[in-house]
Amino acid sequence: MTLRLLQGGFDRRAWMFLAVLFTAALVVSVLSLTTQPGHPLHVPTYVVSLVGKYLCYALLALSVDLVWGFCGVLSLGHAAFFSLGGYAMGMYLMRQIGTRGVYGDPVLPDFMVFLNYKELPWFWYGFDQFWFAALMVVAVPGVLAFVFGWFAFRSRVTGVYLSIITQALTFALMLAFFRNDMGFGGNNGLTDFKDILGFDVQAGSTRAGLLMASAVALAFGFMICKALVNSKFGKVLIAVRDAESRTRFLGYRPENYKLLVWTLSACMAGVAGALYVPQVGIINPSEFTPANSIEVVIWVAVGGRGTLVGAAVGAVLVNLGKTVFTGVLPEFWLFALGGLFIAVTLFLPKGIVGTWDDLMARRRAARDAGDGELRGTAPQEAD
Amino acid sequence: MARTIHSLVLFLALAWLIPTGPARAADDSLQARIDALGTGGFADTAKQIQALAATGDDRVVPALEALLAGGLYVRQSDKKVFITKKAEGGFALIDPLTGRTAGTADTFAVKKIRVNNRLRRELKAALGGLTLLSKDPAVRLKAAAAVFKSQDPDALSALDAAILKETDDRVREAMRQARAAVQLKSDVPEADKVAALKVIEERGDRDALSVALAAAAQTEGAVKAAAEATAKSIRQTLELWSAAQNVWYGLSLGSVLLLAAIGLAITFGVMGVINMAHGEMVMIGAYVTFMVQEVIRTSLPGLFDYSLLIAVPLAFLVAGAVGMAIERGIIRFLYGRPLETLLATWGLSLVLQQTVRTIFGPTNREVGAPEFMSGAFEVGHLTVTYNRLWIIVFALAVLFALMAVLKKTPLGLQMRAVTQNRRMAGAMGIRTSWVDAVTFGLGSGIAGIAGVALSQIDNVSPNLGQSYIIDSFMVVVFGGVGNLWGTLVGAMTLGVANKFLEPYAGAVLGKVLVLVFIILFIQKRPRGLFALKGRAIET
Repeated sequence: MTLRLLQGGFDRRAWMFLAVLFTAALVVSVLSLTTQPGHPLHVPTYVVSLVGKYLCYALLALSVDLVWGFCGVLSLGHAAFFSLGGYAMGMYLMRQIGTRGVYGDPVLPDFMVFLNYKELPWFWYGFDQFWFAALMVVAVPGVLAFVFGWFAFRSRVTGVYLSIITQALTFALMLAFFRNDMGFGGNNGLTDFKDILGFDVQAGSTRAGLLMASAVALAFGFMICKALVNSKFGKVLIAVRDAESRTRFLGYRPENYKLLVWTLSACMAGVAGALYVPQVGIINPSEFTPANSIEVVIWVAVGGRGTLVGAAVGAVLVNLGKTVFTGVLPEFWLFALGGLFIAVTLFLPKGIVGTWDDLMARRRAARDAGDGELRGTAPQEAD
Repeated sequence: MARTIHSLVLFLALAWLIPTGPARAADDSLQARIDALGTGGFADTAKQIQALAATGDDRVVPALEALLAGGLYVRQSDKKVFITKKAEGGFALIDPLTGRTAGTADTFAVKKIRVNNRLRRELKAALGGLTLLSKDPAVRLKAAAAVFKSQDPDALSALDAAILKETDDRVREAMRQARAAVQLKSDVPEADKVAALKVIEERGDRDALSVALAAAAQTEGAVKAAAEATAKSIRQTLELWSAAQNVWYGLSLGSVLLLAAIGLAITFGVMGVINMAHGEMVMIGAYVTFMVQEVIRTSLPGLFDYSLLIAVPLAFLVAGAVGMAIERGIIRFLYGRPLETLLATWGLSLVLQQTVRTIFGPTNREVGAPEFMSGAFEVGHLTVTYNRLWIIVFALAVLFALMAVLKKTPLGLQMRAVTQNRRMAGAMGIRTSWVDAVTFGLGSGIAGIAGVALSQIDNVSPNLGQSYIIDSFMVVVFGGVGNLWGTLVGAMTLGVANKFLEPYAGAVLGKVLVLVFIILFIQKRPRGLFALKGRAIET
C-alpha cells in the first residue's frame, strides 16, 4: 500500500532525480574504489566526501523546502536541527575512540579529561551504542522542534516573526554550545574521530559507504516529502501556506498541520547533520550560526521553492560554486553569494526549476496555439 | 659621643644659617639632616627621623620611604646618604632630595642604614605625618587612604594634628575616616570606638566593611555588637549600590541596543521591511567616523575633539544615501513579499561587508575618543564613565528627535499616512514611492548615527553590524512593532535583564536565557509588549 502511495505521486521528474542521484553516487564510489591514483578516471577520496557532503546539504535543503515551500514557514533556524543531529552522531563517534585518544581514557573523551571531568555527564550515557545515537539523531531535533512548534504555532506566531525567533533559537544554541561547561567540547567541538560501526572513518571504502548512505537518506527523504505533498494532507498544507485564515475557517487546524511538517522537517535535518559529521570529520558550535541557516534558504530559493527536486539541485549547485570560488577567488565568494541572494529574489523568484517549468509551459502553450493557427490558415502544410 | 657633638654642632650651625639664606640654606640643612641618618645607633637615627618629620617638608619623604624599605645606604668615603638601586656590579646611587642619579658604587663602598621595629614604627608615623601635612591635597588624600588601609595606631597623633590644620573638606573627611579606622585598632575608650564605627558606617564601601568586620572579630562586648551592626548595615548599602551598578550597566547596554534598534523600528516597525543589512548601515556609520578622524588626523589635528560632531551628520547622510539607493534598487520591487526582502537584504549585507573588508581590510580600525568622551566620575560608590553617559544621552536624544520628526513634521505626517493606508494617501496626492524611499533613508541614516556612537565602545570591523542585528530585531519585536516607546522600553528592559542575569549565570548563559525568554514571550504576546491595536487577523 505504501508502495502504491509512493508510485501514485511520482512523476517522471522524480524518477529521473532518483536515477541521477544513484548513478552519480555509484559512479563516484565505484571509480574511487576500483581505480588506482594516477588512473585517468580515478576519483580521490576527498571528492567522495565532498559529494557526500553535498548530498547531506541537499537533504537539509529538502527539509527546509518542505516547511517553506509547502507550508509557508520560513525557518532561519534549521542549522540548529542539523547541528543537533550532527552532535548526536559526533558523541557516538567520540565514544568509539576509546583508549586511542591522546589521554587514553577508556570512557571520557579527550576534552573531558582536559577539562577535569571526573565522570561522564548523564547526557552522554548510551551514546556508545549506535542504535541509541541513531535514535537521538532523530529524536533530539524532533523533540526540540515539536516543543518549539507547539508553542509557536498555537499562539499563531507567523511570518517574519517566526523567522526571527527561529533565528534567535539557533543563535541561543550556538552561544550555549560555545560554553566549555556544557559538556560538548566548547568551541573546539567534537573531532578526531576514528571508527564508525567498526570501520575506519578515514578509509576510502568507508567514505564511499557514507556517500551511498547519504544518497539513500536523500532518496528516502525525497520520497517521504513527495508522498506527503501529493497526498490530501499535502493539499491542506498548501492551503495553509496560501491562505491560513481561510483554511482555519473551513474547519482545519493549521497549527497541527504545521507542527507535524515542522517536526518531520527537523528530523530530516537531524539525519542530514548526522551523515555530514563523519564525512567532514568535525562538528563545532559554528555550525549553529544563523548565517548557515539563511544560506540553506538561499539554496532552496536558487533551486526553486516548493519543487523538492529544486531544493536538492540548488544545494548542490550553490555548494559546487562555493567550492570552486573559494578555491580560485576566495575574497570573491561573499560577493557572489550576496549577489546570488539579490539576483534570485529579484529576477528568479521561482528558482531554476520553477522558471524551467514556466518556460516549458509557455513553450507548450505557444506550440499548441501555434499548431492551432497553422492548422487554421494552412492545413496542407501540417501534413 | 663625638658623633653626637658633631651633629649638635651641625644643628646649631644650621639653625643659624636658616634665617639668612632661606632656600639654599634649607636645602643644605635638609641634606645635612638626611646625611645624619647614616650616623649613630638606632636611638640617634630615631632622633634624626623625628627631626626630619618636624621639618614638615615633604621632600624628605623619598628618603624615609627608602629607609623603611631598606634601600637607604651611606657612602663610606664621605658619609653621604643615598637611595640605592641594584645595578651591574653594585648599586646605582640616587640623590634622596633631588631624585637625580649620582653615579654608582661598589657593593663594599656603601653601607646599609639598618632599622629595627621601633624605627619602622617611627618611620611610618613620620611618613604619615609628613604626607598628611603635604601642600598637595592629592598627596594628603592618598596619605589618609593609606592610613585607613594600614590602621597603624602610631599615625593617630599625626592624624589629629593634620585634621586640625586641614582646609579641604574632602580631605578632612578622608582623614576623619582614617582616624576612626585607627581608633578601632588602638586602645581608646569603648565610647570612642563606637563613635568611630559610626564614621566607618558613613563611608560604607568595601574597605569600610573589612574594617568593621576586623573590628567585630577583634573586640568584645558593646564594641563587638556595634561593629557587627555596622558591618550589616554596610553590607546592605553595598548590595544596594551593586544593584544600582547593575542598573547602570544595564541602561548603558540598553542604550546601545536602543541606538541599534531605532533605525530598525522605522524600517521594520513602520514600513514592515525586514532589513537584514541594517547592521551594515551601523557599520558604515562607524567607518565614516573612522574616515573623518583619519582626515582630521592627517590635515586638521586641531579639530580632533569635534570629530564626532562632524561625523554624526556625515554618517547620517552617507548611510541614508546608501539606504535610499537600496530602497530604490532592490526593496521597492519586493514590497508585500517580506520573506524575499529578508533574503535579498541578507545577501546585500554580505556584499556590503565584503566591500568594506576589501577597502579597509579585515582588521579592527582604531577610532579615538575625544576629550569629553574620556574619563569617569564617581557618584557614591558608582563609577560612571563619560562615554557611556554620553551614549545614553545621545540615544535618548536620537529617539526623541525621531519622535518629533514623525509627529510634528509634514514628512512624518506623510510617512504615517502612507504606512496606514497607502492607496488613500496616494489618492490625497502624496508621492508614496518617494515617501517610501525617504523613510527607508531615514531609518538607515539613524543606523549610521548609531554607528558613530558604537565606534566609541566597540571594535570598528566589517563584522560590527552582525553582532547587533539579532539583538536589534529582538528589541523591536519585544517592544512591539511600530511603536517607538516600545522600542525604548524593550531596549532598556533587555539591557537591564542581561546585566542582572550576568552575575548569576555568566555573560553567555545570561544572553541565552534572555533569548529564551524572548522566544517564550513572543508565544504569549506575538505582537510585542506595546502592540498596535487593531482587528486585522493577518498582517
